[in-house]
Amino acid sequence: MMKIAVLIKQVPGSESPLSIADSNVWLDEEKVAYIMNESDNYALEEALLLKEGTQDCEVVVVSLGPERVKKIIREGLAKGADRGMHLNINSNDVTDPLSIAKIFADALKSENFDLILSGLQSDDLGHGQTGIIIGELLKMSTGSLAVSTKLDGDQIAIKQEMEAGFFQNVRMSLPASITIQSGLNTPRYPSLKGIMGAKKKEIKTLDIDSSDQKLKISKLYLPSSSNEITMIDGSPDQIVENLVKVFKSEIKI
Amino acid sequence: MQFTDEHKALASNVKNFAQNEIKPFVEDWEKNGHFPAHDLFKKMGNLDFLGITKSTEYGGLGLDYSYGMVFAEALGYAADLGVITAIGVQTDMATPALDRFGSDELKKEFLTPSILGDLVSAIAVSEPGAGSDVASIKTTAQKTGDDYVIDGQKMWITNAKQADYFCTLVNTGDGNVHKNKSLVIIPSDTKGLSVGDKIEKLGQLTSDTAPVYFDNVKVPQRYRIGEEGDGFKMQMEQFQEERIFLSAINLALLDECVAETISYCKDRTAFGRKIIENQSIHFKLAELQTEIEATRALIYRACEEFVNGNDLTNLASMAKLKSGRLIRDVSDACLQLYGGMGFTWENQASKIYRDGRLTSIGGGADEIMLRIICKYMGII
Repeated sequence: MMKIAVLIKQVPGSESPLSIADSNVWLDEEKVAYIMNESDNYALEEALLLKEGTQDCEVVVVSLGPERVKKIIREGLAKGADRGMHLNINSNDVTDPLSIAKIFADALKSENFDLILSGLQSDDLGHGQTGIIIGELLKMSTGSLAVSTKLDGDQIAIKQEMEAGFFQNVRMSLPASITIQSGLNTPRYPSLKGIMGAKKKEIKTLDIDSSDQKLKISKLYLPSSSNEITMIDGSPDQIVENLVKVFKSEIKI
Repeated sequence: MQFTDEHKALASNVKNFAQNEIKPFVEDWEKNGHFPAHDLFKKMGNLDFLGITKSTEYGGLGLDYSYGMVFAEALGYAADLGVITAIGVQTDMATPALDRFGSDELKKEFLTPSILGDLVSAIAVSEPGAGSDVASIKTTAQKTGDDYVIDGQKMWITNAKQADYFCTLVNTGDGNVHKNKSLVIIPSDTKGLSVGDKIEKLGQLTSDTAPVYFDNVKVPQRYRIGEEGDGFKMQMEQFQEERIFLSAINLALLDECVAETISYCKDRTAFGRKIIENQSIHFKLAELQTEIEATRALIYRACEEFVNGNDLTNLASMAKLKSGRLIRDVSDACLQLYGGMGFTWENQASKIYRDGRLTSIGGGADEIMLRIICKYMGII
């Protein structure tokens, strides 16, 4: 049986109010409206499409976070994933990709997944490394920024987005951990039958000890802004000359 | 009313669908004078949105009406009452009696494809001479062999131009006006049925509304829903879902309208300060939100009666009366706060002002709601 894990993260939605908590290290959780991370949603859809094109395939959605992340696990189950894993952690303290990847690698190791899909980066912290490090820790093939995937026996072919509009076609052996670029498919809406059926699917909870972490956020703050205005006077030629100076030396365009 | 995780997941899913699959297209659909009912309904059918409370044997989910109401409320995020009402025709106006009383054969032929989104339905009750006064309809169905021959005219029919069938209230006999009627399914391609020109309306421009004419239209008697003579009673029952639906669709729509008006008032400066800083304005907005919440509570309570199997006629009538008044009051007040901008077509308040006026008329006018409430109070 082909086993696919999809790593999904719950992040503040783009329309959510974002106010900084009194601790000055994270957002005020009470006010945040959480959603499934955008590229993880595409990764989930890609997994479901692969499942639909493969005989005997299981898709497992996995999320790390406090109790609230069960909401997106259930969303994944409603869309068609077979079961869920909740890596239960009480806080948002673990923020460095290596610690996060180690937690996932430990939790996923015994499952022997053939394929691990994740979004290319999270919309909150944006490190873009977790999926790749997990692949390394579990000694899997790794690929990033995939814009298409195709399973072929014990291999997977992906098209990777490079810089400057270039693409690269790569074929790698399974097991593999691949990060997915947004926009490669059209994520489905869960059907109501899917929503009602999700409550009957298994969500396994593993309690995670968050003490072993290498990196901590020391301060979270909004960029300061000023209303300073510099007026440039003179003849048109002088204005242009001074403006170019400002561009070059102060704004550094 | 207690909502489960599934209610919340349904609400969030319908909200996403409404915001992404309906709202961005409303402007074009208004210009076209209709929305693509078959395309949209098929998408909704695929997500099981069109058979939430319908029997499972015919493709429905068999859930109680609390899920139907959550669906209706979340549809408000589509920000267009024309499309939302047309969806309600399919789910809560033209099909409840068919689901409850239709024969197995009739349900397979019309209900299942409606739930799947393959057929578009319409409810044909009102006539030029009988709207609120349903008992006075004149359309007749004469028995001829195994058929009915139907003659008459229906008016204000939502989805008329795109409907594949009309759930039609007709007089199948003489005598007592409450016991001489039947609901009959009439496919739109039946010989003798014609749909008139689209009616130019004040609002709800995305929805095609037209008269329907029946001239010697022959349909088999097996297309009748339930027993002959029970049509009036079935229609009165069917009105209850319609009224909860029509009440609930205004709630999220008005939440959004108030929120957008607050943003505008926070941005708009007059006499040296943001207009939101005027107590008359921020108090007004607080009053409006309070009214929305109070109406929401009434609608939820009416729905709860329905879910518990109790008579909801009184509360459903109050809910629709209140929701119709609410949408007029809130949209008018918000429009005023927009000032000159409020008189343009470029904000939700003016659109809701146009579209929302129908709540106090369709599905039984305010005066009919008051009459029902008076009867329940023992006044008349």
